Amino acid sequence: MAETRQAARPLSPHLQIYRFTITMAMSIIHRITGVGLYAGTLLLAAWLLSVAMGPDAYATFQSVAGSWLGQLILFGFTWALLHHLFSGIRYLMWDNIRAFELRQADFISWGAAVLGFAATIIVWIVAFKLRGVL
Amino acid sequence: MVQLSLPKNSVPTEGKTFKAEGAKRVKRFRIYRWSPDDSQNPRIDTYEVDLDKCGPMVLDALIKIKNEIDQTLTFRRSCREGICGSCAMNIDGANTLACTKGIDEIGGDVKIYPLPHMPVVKDLVPDLTNFYAQHAYVQPWLQTKGEEPKKEWTQSPADREKLDGLYECILCACCSTSCPSYWWNGDRYLGPAALLQAYRWLADSRDQQTNERLDRLEDPFKLYRCHTIMNCAKACPKGLNPAKAIAEIKQMMVDRA
Repeated sequence: MAETRQAARPLSPHLQIYRFTITMAMSIIHRITGVGLYAGTLLLAAWLLSVAMGPDAYATFQSVAGSWLGQLILFGFTWALLHHLFSGIRYLMWDNIRAFELRQADFISWGAAVLGFAATIIVWIVAFKLRGVL
Repeated sequence: MVQLSLPKNSVPTEGKTFKAEGAKRVKRFRIYRWSPDDSQNPRIDTYEVDLDKCGPMVLDALIKIKNEIDQTLTFRRSCREGICGSCAMNIDGANTLACTKGIDEIGGDVKIYPLPHMPVVKDLVPDLTNFYAQHAYVQPWLQTKGEEPKKEWTQSPADREKLDGLYECILCACCSTSCPSYWWNGDRYLGPAALLQAYRWLADSRDQQTNERLDRLEDPFKLYRCHTIMNCAKACPKGLNPAKAIAEIKQMMVDRA
């Protein structure tokens, strides 16, 4: 068989064909929200900076944050923070060797996803109530 | 590294269709094909199978296709009862054994691919060289120090029970190749199968090389690329839980520090 020609082996399909599971989705969302929190923390720092720079700078920051785009980003930041929090609690449980049965793992994953979203909505309802908008 | 898309030479194209004439209960099998003998890209061939003349399992259909429709179809199989691990492949979007997966469990077309993110030898046969090397790396055998006992190394029933759920692994590679962490870092991360076996020996009361074994795993990649994605435990056709075994190893690392 010395003459056999070998074509370069292809890589078998992976992400393209694998059926997504809740634990798989939560893992990648945890990573994405984690990255998002870096950006969010920079926004927080910018807000503090504007306070330190004086009333004009603060007013500028407030008007940007109060625009629809600013509100959307803030909403996303709130969700990323709360989702990451609840999702992170799963990892605390798993690090203590709890909830590894498949049904438990799926349950806490769905639970974290729902809680993260629900808590975001609640925070924003409370925030709007406090400002008297609602 | 993370590479979400397939390399150019690996993107499947639409292949041939083999009709089942005169069949009443037809199931379509969409199967990944690639041959090293030409320079074509992989393709997805479609085989119509008459379920009235076919056994109940996906492996029965594959054997029927190879016997009666297309003899070039290549796959590994042996025991046909879930103990050898040869017919591990990706069926209906998840890794499992073709011999224990019922055709009736799958709605719609039956999509069959080789185990994910592996170099393909031919059709449904992946190259498992690296997978076996990783298994060898964890030194999956009993290691003791000091004098050999006159008879055997004894173990209490309670200590033996700690190995249940660990020793049953058949090395089919369903778990490791289901793991996104293993897809992106399979060259450096040992993967769920090897780590389950590592823990099987860490948990063995007779083994006396626990510290040395942990030393061999203490590495940002070898052990700690596990992010508890849980695909491994969901894929395991033997119902084992590699994710949990990996968490136990991480715990042992903390405990000895």
